[in-house]
Amino acid sequence: MKEIAVIDYNAGNIQSVLFALDRIGVKPLLSNDPDRLYHAEKIIFPGVGEASTTMAHLKKHQLDTLIQSYNKPFLGICLGLQLMCRHSEEGDVDCLNVFDLPVRRFPEKAGLKVPHMGWNTVSFNDHPLFKDIAQDSYFYFVHSFYAAQSESTIGQTTYGLSFASSIARDNYMATQFHPEKSGVVGQLLLNNFINL
Amino acid sequence: MIAKRIIPCLDVKNGRTVKGVNFVDLIDAGDPVELGMRYSEQGADELVFLDITATLEKRKTIAELARKVAEHINIPFTIGGGIKSIEDIGVALEHGADKVAMNSAAVNHPDLINEASRAFGAQCIVVAVDAREVDGKWFIHTAGGTKKTDLDLFEWASECEDRGAGEILFTSMDHDGTKKGFALEALKKLNDQLGIPLIASGGAGKKQHFLELFEAGAADAALAASIFHFNEVPVPDLKEYLINHGVTVR
Repeated sequence: MKEIAVIDYNAGNIQSVLFALDRIGVKPLLSNDPDRLYHAEKIIFPGVGEASTTMAHLKKHQLDTLIQSYNKPFLGICLGLQLMCRHSEEGDVDCLNVFDLPVRRFPEKAGLKVPHMGWNTVSFNDHPLFKDIAQDSYFYFVHSFYAAQSESTIGQTTYGLSFASSIARDNYMATQFHPEKSGVVGQLLLNNFINL
Repeated sequence: MIAKRIIPCLDVKNGRTVKGVNFVDLIDAGDPVELGMRYSEQGADELVFLDITATLEKRKTIAELARKVAEHINIPFTIGGGIKSIEDIGVALEHGADKVAMNSAAVNHPDLINEASRAFGAQCIVVAVDAREVDGKWFIHTAGGTKKTDLDLFEWASECEDRGAGEILFTSMDHDGTKKGFALEALKKLNDQLGIPLIASGGAGKKQHFLELFEAGAADAALAASIFHFNEVPVPDLKEYLINHGVTVR
């Protein structure tokens, strides 16, 4: 079987991702070694935490260059998506620039609670990641920062404003929502990634 | 549009789900993981597990519970009950919990909220507040509702938000277990003042109570226990009812 790797760093939701993969019969390699990761057939880059701290951690382990040079299917989740962008307002930090996008905080608006927490719909373009998934399905979100809309948007969600809840370019894909926590639909999306 | 969340709560004691009325008189309601899986399959949006086991090896029981739940359940879940320190939170999250709920410890050591939020992110820090109305004023209670404090519900909830809590879970002790409906007035006031999500708890007895809650704009999510455990209001029926009445749910 093709080796799926999960980048092991100080992200809060690694265990959830491992359990979710286990439920679909995938036993991934868990590693923070760039050389080992580079040879995996696919990489999942989970993330829950603060952007600037996590960027520093990635750099320390040379995981930044690994991610930028990797050329096989790569899936970032939540903070993973944000770190793949150009710059984040969280901790005012330059990120990986896989996607040339700014990451901003949700605006302070009456009635708009931050974090954006809970189930929201994703309207998506035709993309293999969403194969067999119903348009406007609900996915689980927990985040205070978002990536702006661009040509790389493949799924969008509205919360006070419309933002990019999934993005893709070449071999890179990323979701702002947590497929590992999004019930059956999330499981389907993870399976779609595994079967790419 | 973001959906209103329906959250079954499982009080866990010595590995079993239990349910009390007004915080006492516990009765057995089944295996927590099995119940959790059933709810997850039925379309529950999240689960809350409150471990009310009183053991010296609390951390071990929290870790075991978190792991067992996380292995089987593909929706977010919160673990609470006896979370006292950064270490306890770390243990729960490392074993697969998505969020932790702290209650008495937050009142006794408010700095814990700040430290936990910095260490793990606001999104996983839920502050649970139990309160009861005395002479028109809502007072926070701790230690499973047994100790009255001088803290005002509304002031304390705002302080929790300022200190970095990601969500507030408010249980009205006056309504808990009565099945007469949520504490709408207090919830509405709290929901209007908070910039973070609010989960309403205590008093759900029938589907209309959830509709009243959401129509009043009094919470982002509703939590209940026995009406789900004993199948009085099945989650799918509740959701269908809410959708038919114009509430956005998943």
